[in-house]
Amino acid sequence: MSLRTGFPEQPARVYFFGTCLIDLLYPEAGLAGIQLIRREGVEVIFPQNQTCCGQPAWNSGYRDEARAVASAQMACFPRDYPIVVPSGSCAGMLRHHYPELFQGTPQHKASLAFSDRIFELTEFLVQVLKISLSDVGKPVKVALHVSCSARREMGVAGDHQALLRQLKNVELVEPRRREECCGFGGTFAVKHPEISAAMVEEKATELVATGADTLVSGDCGCLMNITGHLGYRKETLQGSHIASFLWERTNAAES
Amino acid sequence: MSDARSNILARLRAGKPDMPAASEPTQIPLAGWDLHERVRQFRKKMESVRAEVHVTPRESWLALLRRLVAEKQISTLLYAPDGPLGEALFQAWESPGESPLIARSETLEEWKEELFFNVDGAITSSRWGIAETGTLVLWPTPEEPRSFSLVPPVHIAILEAGDIYNTFADLIEKEKWNQRMPTNALLISGPSKTADIEQTLAYGVHGPIELVIIVVTEEN
Amino acid sequence: MQQRVEFHARADRALHNPQIRSNFRYAMDGLIDKRKRSFPDLDELNRLRLRCAEIRVNALSKLPELLEQLEACCTKNGIQVHWAETVGEANRIVLDIMNRHNAKLLIKGKSMVSEEMELNHYLEQQGIECLESDLGEYILQLAGEPPSHIVAPAIHKSRQQVAQLFKEKFPDIPYSDDVDRLTRNARHILRRKFYEAPVGLSGVNFAVAETGTICLVENEGNGRMCTTIPPVHIAVTGIEKVVEKLSDIPPLLSILPRSATGQHITTYFNMITSPRKPGEKDGPDEVHLVLLDNGRSRIYEDQELIATLRCIRCGACMNHCPVYTRIGGHAYGTTIPGPIGSILEPQKAGLDRYGDLPTASTLCGACGEVCPVRIPIPALLNRLRFERVRQDHTGVTRGQGSQRDPWEARIWKGWSWMHANPAIYRLGIGLAAGLRWMLPKRLGAWTRVRSAPRLAAKSLHKLAREKGLDHE
Repeated sequence: MSLRTGFPEQPARVYFFGTCLIDLLYPEAGLAGIQLIRREGVEVIFPQNQTCCGQPAWNSGYRDEARAVASAQMACFPRDYPIVVPSGSCAGMLRHHYPELFQGTPQHKASLAFSDRIFELTEFLVQVLKISLSDVGKPVKVALHVSCSARREMGVAGDHQALLRQLKNVELVEPRRREECCGFGGTFAVKHPEISAAMVEEKATELVATGADTLVSGDCGCLMNITGHLGYRKETLQGSHIASFLWERTNAAES
Repeated sequence: MSDARSNILARLRAGKPDMPAASEPTQIPLAGWDLHERVRQFRKKMESVRAEVHVTPRESWLALLRRLVAEKQISTLLYAPDGPLGEALFQAWESPGESPLIARSETLEEWKEELFFNVDGAITSSRWGIAETGTLVLWPTPEEPRSFSLVPPVHIAILEAGDIYNTFADLIEKEKWNQRMPTNALLISGPSKTADIEQTLAYGVHGPIELVIIVVTEEN
Repeated sequence: MQQRVEFHARADRALHNPQIRSNFRYAMDGLIDKRKRSFPDLDELNRLRLRCAEIRVNALSKLPELLEQLEACCTKNGIQVHWAETVGEANRIVLDIMNRHNAKLLIKGKSMVSEEMELNHYLEQQGIECLESDLGEYILQLAGEPPSHIVAPAIHKSRQQVAQLFKEKFPDIPYSDDVDRLTRNARHILRRKFYEAPVGLSGVNFAVAETGTICLVENEGNGRMCTTIPPVHIAVTGIEKVVEKLSDIPPLLSILPRSATGQHITTYFNMITSPRKPGEKDGPDEVHLVLLDNGRSRIYEDQELIATLRCIRCGACMNHCPVYTRIGGHAYGTTIPGPIGSILEPQKAGLDRYGDLPTASTLCGACGEVCPVRIPIPALLNRLRFERVRQDHTGVTRGQGSQRDPWEARIWKGWSWMHANPAIYRLGIGLAAGLRWMLPKRLGAWTRVRSAPRLAAKSLHKLAREKGLDHE
């Protein structure tokens, strides 16, 4: 697993891989991601046949089942456009684990070429589009939670920060033990609910302690986990996907 | 037991997976300090682990030693009469009545009781030092056995500044350790310590409570 | 299934024990911070990790040859080498040596392999006293507990708990919860034992094939005591601990203590190459080296899982593991806890016994990121998740497929079918969105501490279709 070192020029068009969690729970975050890219003059295509990257099955040991789903995804993005993914976790699966999943199969070579086209959204905005944002929102204090896969697998924590730092009315804070997992872990939260609960409780406490108004994250798994717990505790801290947050802060028409 | 041996080796040979061919080893930059800096680094690192370090010109190390022994109220100081420091030490105290030095040439078993319970300190030479980690290197000998630096509560070590290497890697290579390993080679970096209770450092759990190092230099 | 119940029960108990929670949190925070400060130069750290991984991979790639070379060099130097395929054989070897010397007391330095062997228990059944001399291990022996961390075994105990224990066991010594005082008391008690013990036992951090040298890393001096004072020294090690050359040692010694506790070096690095030679005044007359397999050669057979054997037992993976930090070492129920334990122990004892452990991770990657020999722990956890449910029985891992639950397997089959068929998927999410008002407010354990997630009225698929983004 290696991090990307060079980046391509701005392309004319890209594919967007929406992820299943966004599809079901946070579609506005997906749309915001698409709009951010389009605003930079890049055409965005959302293939209707996409579903899920297959990570839940992969991480549960059901590799044949994951491979069937992964095969179907690769078929959805036939041209060689970059594929932008608004999630560090799904991007990590597509970029790093597809070649492992297809190791020793006829599709291995195709999976390598496919994985090479995967960009996490904030990485794409910063490194490829070199986006410049102007903040039209009111002053706000934002706590950033970078998902473990965004931080470690994709190495895009810096891109998350860089985007938020461009917003002049945003005070960016990060919680104590910012590098610690929130306890979601996909099926982990189902298999080990008590441990997961202990983790999200501490994460939420640290986030609340920052005194931030908004929690921003690039991954809906973490958001669902943390805001779910914040809601249960009736905290006022609200969560937002980084794409939604950036779009709302920079789109004069909607703010 | 030879069965276990051949079974294990046979399994390892049969099961040996394909391993990637060895690549050029990754280079780790090594420090290239001069003598003065080596002494400084050695001292800094040693002091950071609560060892007591004195750097002194050759002509005054014995006077310093006498002072330290008096200050620390060491009334029995184990030394090796036939070791590299033997003669100098023997002459360091003018009257035999004042001298704290004791020497034992028997095997450990013959005077274990005394060593364990009735010796205040021991003084030894050091074969080398390592600047990067602040480390004494001892290759105990029949004259200066390994228990000297272990059992008494205070260990005083004399180290020649010129014997300090930059790094352990450098020392092993230049002194060709792989061709002549002794019974026991010791790297000592500070007094005995533990952090097993609440991660709180406590000194002198089993080995010396105090480590005192006199670095002898040729300059004034 | 029994083990599953046990792991959950133990984890649950730890989670609800505020003392355990705060002791581990405090200790792990401290260790993480110390490690970080000991590697100020990230480029140096990366090079060192690469180098140390190369050293371990190289050693494993020549393991049978290096073991033979190690044996030949040790033998030439006068160290007696013994091979054991199982824990039972290794225990027997130690017992035979004890019996040959008519020895009734064994004083031990820290050795995780002896924990793996349950040597104390075995020898005590034979009427031989085993005494742990590492302070942490000694405290646990007094308490009758196993270690909860491989480097800091008594990390789950507070100072007051240790003080209370000393008071119970040594009523004559005045009570104190001062760490220096407690340490001094232990020195006093154990000194007498070092003096008396006829046989000392140690582990091995590295065994150098080129010179036949046993290397030990420690701070307390008990390791030196055990290997210097008693007339007989027995070192026990797993077969994977061998390295090829003496020049492999400095990088490993540079990374091990920093990864473990943030120390730039340990107080002692003890290199033993022979028993007492003629003319020497101290040191053991006999040195024995016991090489234990106990499932390691099976791990060795798998191209990917072999990386497990690179481990140098620094404990950094557990220090950085958010799961370990919450539940502590005892919850795992294994000799070695934490992420490395969750890959090593199920392979050694079988997935049928420890099949739950590979799932006890969020795969957050913290362990792999800090591992000084770059073991891809998250990838190996994932691999073992596959092994625990795979059906084809072609791998080498013991207990393969044992955790496959037909009900769970059917769910994944259905899940896969739905997500590999876009039309079915779209129909499914369309239905779910339309019927979202019917969804329950409670979703099992998830909603015990969280509000239920709300399905969106329109999926992104639908929104994108409406915006005409679905074609070029």
